[in-house]
Amino acid sequence: MSLNIIEVKDLSVRYGGVEALARISFGIESGDYIGIVGPNGSGKTTLVKAILGLVPSEGEILFRGKGLSEFTCNNHIGYLPQKMSFLDQRFPATAREIVVSGVYCCKKFPKRLAREDYKAAHQAMEILGVANLAGRPIGKLSGGQQQRILLARALVHHPGLLILDEPTVALDPQSRESFYSVVRGLNKEHGVTVLLISHDSGTIGKYASKLLYLDRRIIFYGDFEEFCKSPQMSDYFGEGQHVICHRH
Amino acid sequence: MLSATGIDMMDILSQIQEVCRYAFLQRAIIAGCFMALGCSFLGIFLVLRRFSLIGDGLAHVSFATVAIGLLLNTQPIVVSVPLVALASLAILSLSEKAGMYGDAAIGLVSSFGIALGVIIASTAGGFNVDLFSYLFGNILSVSSLEVWMTVGISLLVVLITMLFYHDLFAITFDEDYAHVSGIKVRMVNKILIILTALIVVLGIKIVGTMLVSSLIVLPAISALQVMRSFRGAIALAGIFAIASVIIGIFISYILNYPSGGTIVMVNFIFFFGSFFLGRLRS
Repeated sequence: MSLNIIEVKDLSVRYGGVEALARISFGIESGDYIGIVGPNGSGKTTLVKAILGLVPSEGEILFRGKGLSEFTCNNHIGYLPQKMSFLDQRFPATAREIVVSGVYCCKKFPKRLAREDYKAAHQAMEILGVANLAGRPIGKLSGGQQQRILLARALVHHPGLLILDEPTVALDPQSRESFYSVVRGLNKEHGVTVLLISHDSGTIGKYASKLLYLDRRIIFYGDFEEFCKSPQMSDYFGEGQHVICHRH
Repeated sequence: MLSATGIDMMDILSQIQEVCRYAFLQRAIIAGCFMALGCSFLGIFLVLRRFSLIGDGLAHVSFATVAIGLLLNTQPIVVSVPLVALASLAILSLSEKAGMYGDAAIGLVSSFGIALGVIIASTAGGFNVDLFSYLFGNILSVSSLEVWMTVGISLLVVLITMLFYHDLFAITFDEDYAHVSGIKVRMVNKILIILTALIVVLGIKIVGTMLVSSLIVLPAISALQVMRSFRGAIALAGIFAIASVIIGIFISYILNYPSGGTIVMVNFIFFFGSFFLGRLRS
C-alpha cells in the first residue's frame, strides 16, 4: 500500500461569510496523478491555495504525516500557478534566473547559489527541453516556453508533489499536448505525485489516474474506473461523465 | 577654446575644478551619490512590485513629520525617522491584512500626511525654518552629520539588499510562489519598506519631499527600459542615479538652478535616452 503524501482532514475555508470549502477530507497517495474538476466557483483553486498555505483555513493538512508549518523549508512541493495571472512580460530576468530561484527556499542565510544549483537548474531545463533558452529574457519567450520554464522552477528542488493550477489555459493545443506529455513523464518515470486543476475534463480524463470532483464539498473522489461505472455519477454528470470516461 | 555651441570648454572645466574645491560641494556630491545608490537599489524592487508611489506617499508623510519636528523645536530628522517608518508599516499592513489595494493604501496614508502637515504648519503660525526648503530640498546645504548618516543608511540599504537579494528577487517575481517555497515574505516585505522609509527621510534634505520619490523611481524605470537581467538592471539604475546626481549638481552650480530639480531633470534625460534605446532594440 502506498504512503499518503498529503492527508486533508475536515478542511474548511471561508471568504468573509461565504463558505468556499466545507469540511473536505481526502488523502493523496504517493505516485498518484489526480485531476481536480468542478464548475466555476467550486473551490478548486481555493483547495490548492489552502494546501499551499496561501489562504487561511480550518482543519488539518498533513504532508507525509507532518503539518506544513513543521517544515523549516518547503522543498517538498512544486507549484505551477496560472501563468497569465502574474507574469510580467517586461520582468528583467533570464530563464536561468527564474529556474534557479526554485532552489532559494532551503538555502541558509545569507543565501548564496553554488555551481550545483545552476547545474540542477540546467538539468531541470533539459528534462523539459528548454535548456537552450537559459540565457533568454523570460518575457521574450512564447507562452508554452514560459510555462516550461516555470515548471522547471517547480521541479528544480526535486519535489515529491507537483501542484498545477490550470497550467495550460493560455496555450495552443499543440503546446498543451506537449506540456502534459512532460508532466505524465515526470509522474510515470520519476514518480512525482501530480495534483492537476483543469476545466478541461478531456485532459483530466486522458492523463489523470484519479478524479476529485469538487463543488465546495467532495462530490466524487476515486479511480476513473469506479467513476465511469457509477450510475449515481451518471445521474449527476449526465453527458459530462461520458466525456471524461470516453477520453480516459 | 570655444566649442561649436559657443560654450567655453575651458571655462566649464575650470568651474568643475572650482566645484571640487569647495567643502559644501564635496559634501553635496558624496551625500547625493550615496543617496542615489541607496534609492536605486530599492527602486528596482519597488517599481516591479507596483510600489512605485510609496516613495511619494512616504515623502508626503515626512512633510507632516518635519512640521512636527519644527513645532517641537527639534531636528526634523529625529521625529521623521520613527514616524515615517511607522507609516510605511501602516501602508504594508493596510495592503496585506486589510485587503486594500497597494496604491489605495499609499494614497490614504499620503493624504493623511499632507493634511496633518498643513494643519500643524497653519496652527503653529509659521516656523523660523522655512518649511518650503523641505519641500524642494537643498543638497548644497547638507551638513557633515547628514553626509555621514546618508552614507551609513545607504550602505545599510546596499548590504541588506545584497544579503536578501535572492528572497527579494523571488518575491518580486512571484510572491505566492515565494511564500509556498518557504521564504518569509512578510518579514522581507517589512525590511524592504522600512529601508524605503529611512531613505525617503534622508532624501528630504537632498531633493525635498516633493522630489525624493523620483530618485527611487526614475533610475529604476530607466534601467528597466534596456536591461534584460535583474542584477544588470540594479547596476544600471545605480549608475544612472549617481551620474544624475553628479551632473545635476555641476549644472545647478554653474547655471545657478535649484539642485533638486536639476538632478531630477537629468534623470528624465536618462529615461528618455533609455526609452528610445529600448524601443530601438526591440
